[in-house]
Amino acid sequence: MDNQIIFTIDGKECRAAAGTYIVEAARQNGVFIPTLCNMPGITPKGACRICTVRINGRLMTSCTTPVIAGMEIENNSPEIRELRKSIIELLFVSGNHFCPACEKSGDCELQALAYLFQMMVPRFPYQFPVKEIDASAPLIVKDQNRCILCKRCIRTIKDEQGRSYFAFESRGNKLEVVLDKEMAKTMIAETAELAMKNCPVGSILVKEKGFYQPIGTRKFDQQPIGSEISTH
Amino acid sequence: MSKKITIEPVTRVEGHGKVTIYLDEQGQVKQSRLHIVEFRGFERFIQGRPYWEAPVLVQRLCGICPVSHLLAASKALDVIVGAGTGEGLTPTGEKMRRLMHYGQIFQSHTLHFFHLSAPDFLFGIDGDPDTRNIIGIALNHPELAVQGVMMRKFGQEIIRATAGKKIHGTGAIPGGINKNLSIEERDEFLKGNDPLNADKMVSWAEAAIDFFRNYYVANKEFIDNFAHFPSNHLSLVRKDGAMDLYHGVLRAVDSEGRKILHDVDYQEYYNFIEEEVRSWSYMKFPYLKQYGKDKGWYRVGPLARLNTADFIPTPLAQAEFEKFKALTHGKPNNHCLHTHYARLIEILHAAEMIRELLHDPDLQGDELVVKGTKQKEGVGLIEAPRGTLFHHYRINDNDQIAMANLIVSTTNNNEPMNRSVNYVAKAMMTAKKEITEGMMNAVEVAIRAYDPCLSCATHALGKMPLEITLLDQNETIIDKKRSH
Repeated sequence: MDNQIIFTIDGKECRAAAGTYIVEAARQNGVFIPTLCNMPGITPKGACRICTVRINGRLMTSCTTPVIAGMEIENNSPEIRELRKSIIELLFVSGNHFCPACEKSGDCELQALAYLFQMMVPRFPYQFPVKEIDASAPLIVKDQNRCILCKRCIRTIKDEQGRSYFAFESRGNKLEVVLDKEMAKTMIAETAELAMKNCPVGSILVKEKGFYQPIGTRKFDQQPIGSEISTH
Repeated sequence: MSKKITIEPVTRVEGHGKVTIYLDEQGQVKQSRLHIVEFRGFERFIQGRPYWEAPVLVQRLCGICPVSHLLAASKALDVIVGAGTGEGLTPTGEKMRRLMHYGQIFQSHTLHFFHLSAPDFLFGIDGDPDTRNIIGIALNHPELAVQGVMMRKFGQEIIRATAGKKIHGTGAIPGGINKNLSIEERDEFLKGNDPLNADKMVSWAEAAIDFFRNYYVANKEFIDNFAHFPSNHLSLVRKDGAMDLYHGVLRAVDSEGRKILHDVDYQEYYNFIEEEVRSWSYMKFPYLKQYGKDKGWYRVGPLARLNTADFIPTPLAQAEFEKFKALTHGKPNNHCLHTHYARLIEILHAAEMIRELLHDPDLQGDELVVKGTKQKEGVGLIEAPRGTLFHHYRINDNDQIAMANLIVSTTNNNEPMNRSVNYVAKAMMTAKKEITEGMMNAVEVAIRAYDPCLSCATHALGKMPLEITLLDQNETIIDKKRSH
């Protein structure tokens, strides 16, 4: 407890070990900060920007910023909520996210955040990009229509030698997360399940097991995302 | 001067359609057509999607009977995952699906009778359009309106308990089902508060038949003669000839009751049924190959099912079936408006089936899914509320859908609906100086009897704008009337 420092989130006095990333420090103090590209156990990237907070007047990503003593963090202000809602809307329009037929519906973090931030309809024009579905692997499907390029799969789904099954390919608006076709041939069922679980959206699907989870028992059917950390 | 009459949109049906009626210079009806004006494209854009997504995706065709699409697609995919057809599932899987389906039949038929068709019977087909709607029923016959709402609610609750949601649930998956029915859920339907329990639904279904029969006795001539023409009839029947709305073999009879399709396995439906495309409608025209386009068209739906089945395997509905058959001395019934009567008998059958299934302990079983040797192609048929529904899928080596063909119930009824429109237009409008709202509604009454689901995803409630356009021979508008 010696290295505990004091900081505030939306005026609430909080304590955490010095050097803890803000998103984790907030969690420890019962404050939910949404994330998409970040998840426990991996090095943060600050890619999706959904965890943006205002710190001492500046906008910063809370997944990559360590907490320091005396920090004043603004997390739940109208400005920050609006910013996050805009990011969610941009993610929706830049891909092809059709929740009604997606088997990740109810378990999807992007969908859950859209509900949380009360996105009714995106304010930005839909891009309707032409995307492919790679179903050539024996155990999983990679649906590029739904990928939000968070890199969670690249960072967490690896073989015994530490090689990632997924990688970035191309650049700019052609950028995609692709599955290594050779490595995919040896992927085991547990890895496939983990890949689907770690994907925050419905871009990675385990083959032939869709819709096994009854409606009402899915992750976000009963409570909004982040409810395990704080009440919204 | 020739005239073209347009009824657009057709009201109190599911979806959007329009009717055009051409009158020649003497006021004779030259031609009439029911146009389906929406293009959906589901068969195309589902290509490339993972096959297990199909049931949940294609059910979005419809907001009224999505369960039918969910189940027909699941049945087709049962074949693909090697679970076989019909009997291949576990008892829990099959019976949960049946319960879901009979809940669907119950709520959809109830919606159609009480909300969409009853206004025509209660207020007359030429009654005041301001009251000839569900609001009029609620104001003038509140007990009937409440009954209709509560019956539909019961069916919807059955769907929620089996599919997870009242509209666009999941439930059925390739090879089975994703949940069973808990004791608590079961007891809610069996012992729930009045009126939402199975016994009450059975008694209300009987009362609805009595209501229609009384109307029939008082209006026999009108009902018997309205759009009465011979046709073939097609549906699934159980192997022993019983009515079975979930699974069976494909049977067709002609207008005299002769079997023209002899209880065939529907996996090869394409050997028996062909679809014709006509330039003026987005809806195809199916027909029995063997008899050609002119003689091979058929009706599907409640009337057809009561004509093809030898009996109904629940006692109360069977008793009503016998009375129904007696009207035509055991021969097929070709009276368009008797479809409502047939629909009410099916509501009773569905209520009895739901009650029977709820007492079956298999619904609490834990074996939900079965799979076998993977196949590349599968066909699933079901008797949807509006008639026989065909789903046919082929997959590629990567488990993606390579081909989908859907023949929805309303498509099967395309030709008979067009004939009904023509029949009524000729009977009501020939050589008339003025085309009244009542005449136009008569055309809609003929269409409404089939309970068409025109675009499947939208439905009209009450009265929608009705427009008539009068054109001269050069198609120049000379008059236009619109009701609001």
